Amino acid sequence: MEKPLTQHIVPGRAPLSLKEYEQVGGYQSVRKILKEMAPADVQNLVKASDLRGRGGAGFNTGLKWSFVPMGPEVAKPKYLVANADEMEPGTFKDRVLLEGNPHQLIEGMIVAAYAIDASISYIFMRWAYKVAAREIIKALDEAYEAGYLGENILGSGFNLDMHLHTGVGRYMCGEETALLNALEGKRANPRAKPPFPQVSGLFGKPTIVNNVETLCCLPHIINNGAEWFKGLSKTGDAGTKLYGISGRVKTPGCWELPMGTTIRELIEEHGGGMQDGYLFKGLLPGGASTDFLVEEHMDLPMDYTAIQAAGSRMGTGTMIILDDQTCPVGFVHNLQHFFAQESCGFCTPCREGLPWVEKILLAIDRGEGKPEHLLTLDFHTKYLGPGNTFCALAPGAMEPLQSALKYFREDFERHIHEQHCPWSKAKVWQPSI
Amino acid sequence: MLTTEEKHKIDHEISLVPSPKNACIEALKIVQQSHGWVSDESLKDVADYVGMSSAELDSVATFYNLIFRRPVGRHVILVCDSISCWVMCYEGIRDRLSEKLNIQYGQTTEDGRFTLLPNCCLGTCDRAPALMIDNDLYRDLTVEQLDEILEKYT
Repeated sequence: MEKPLTQHIVPGRAPLSLKEYEQVGGYQSVRKILKEMAPADVQNLVKASDLRGRGGAGFNTGLKWSFVPMGPEVAKPKYLVANADEMEPGTFKDRVLLEGNPHQLIEGMIVAAYAIDASISYIFMRWAYKVAAREIIKALDEAYEAGYLGENILGSGFNLDMHLHTGVGRYMCGEETALLNALEGKRANPRAKPPFPQVSGLFGKPTIVNNVETLCCLPHIINNGAEWFKGLSKTGDAGTKLYGISGRVKTPGCWELPMGTTIRELIEEHGGGMQDGYLFKGLLPGGASTDFLVEEHMDLPMDYTAIQAAGSRMGTGTMIILDDQTCPVGFVHNLQHFFAQESCGFCTPCREGLPWVEKILLAIDRGEGKPEHLLTLDFHTKYLGPGNTFCALAPGAMEPLQSALKYFREDFERHIHEQHCPWSKAKVWQPSI
Repeated sequence: MLTTEEKHKIDHEISLVPSPKNACIEALKIVQQSHGWVSDESLKDVADYVGMSSAELDSVATFYNLIFRRPVGRHVILVCDSISCWVMCYEGIRDRLSEKLNIQYGQTTEDGRFTLLPNCCLGTCDRAPALMIDNDLYRDLTVEQLDEILEKYT
């Protein structure tokens, strides 16, 4: 089984130096595009490969690039930004790539920057990834020294600068327009679209923001072609995917597997099955802002298409397991506390609605729930849904809530009817000490 | 007053962006690195230096979780309270820290050694529960490990 993105990542061992990386074929894609391909050729190849954005939205990467205005008369500089913010609770896949093989990311970013004719690029990374920051700084120095970055790269006339920017904490920074505001030294509020960042992004210039895993796929697509990339998958969505599992499984972790690996295989073979004494109750397939899936979905392939058809989203592909000994109300309460806290406060439904939801869940959790509370929660899942808020934060927050109300409604009702949490006291979510 | 060294570092950040204002978060980070937090006085110094009003800069500073606008201890403990850590019962860790240090979230020990803060997902969910002290990440935590970990920080 091919694992292009993680083949050179060995846990516990330092990432490959530039020399070692070159010895295993590193930076070949940069040589190839600079010598043989025009930016439009790179865009077309990536479009044909069906690479879909790995940050969660799943948009065709080549198509996203194609909205960037090209040609000599376009406003410059254009920017490329690697979204390495990875703040979705339950998500830890980009960390593996950032810590494990920073040169692969740099190489992918050079390919992306060339495809859109960008001359300045940033890696926007969350503050918590200290090891990754150290390794990336080292790798950037090496890449500059070897002439892969800077002016006139490998004598091609193509210029690219690359900087690491570490954030100062806030979930909103993962939203691409909010990320751009953060990079500009502003509050990370999202921006109105249109204009889309492809046309007017960082400092008002054309900008592409791509996820780390997306960028890391690019060198391999350039080297091996679109058909090869599609052939890595078990289903219609191309490539491999970094899947992860956290929660009460025997061996939680992150694995690169063919796109479309089933949920059952992920949990039972890679996650080692549930820990002794715990039963599977449900899961969030791709981070905190995705709808629950349950037992009936176990044989679904984990890809964008199948998970969406089942009423959820693959999101980041890193799943969080809900076991039978964890209270589903507490689980959702924890998530809503997070979303309420991380709302930027810019638009009313999100700023006012999420704390309301949190307050109701606290009441239900404490045994103070009323039957009408469930109707208020149902109401919120609609009024905070897509189209009613400025960005995707609140609609994302409603995904686990609406699906919990669907699949675990009896558990909510039991809390209200019995006026206490049927799970142990220790499992009532309490944000404060 | 910004020190010469701080000004030097801020100047470098300003050189990378179109307008000095765009470097304001980096400037706050630089000041926080030398003082541990950003006082009202430091905030005004930075605002003046990058050409913003204090109010405008404070609106940025207070937006971000890790710009500290109140004094913190020599070491900051960030306890992950996100979903995977909760499923893996992080509360025992939090409660033991609170009891041992005799502080609640948002407080600093009397000797100024530790500040205890909750933090959302640290991105190491497969090895929950987790916490960070300064730049160090601790994962697969048990309550029994805490005493030994805290001893490393003086």
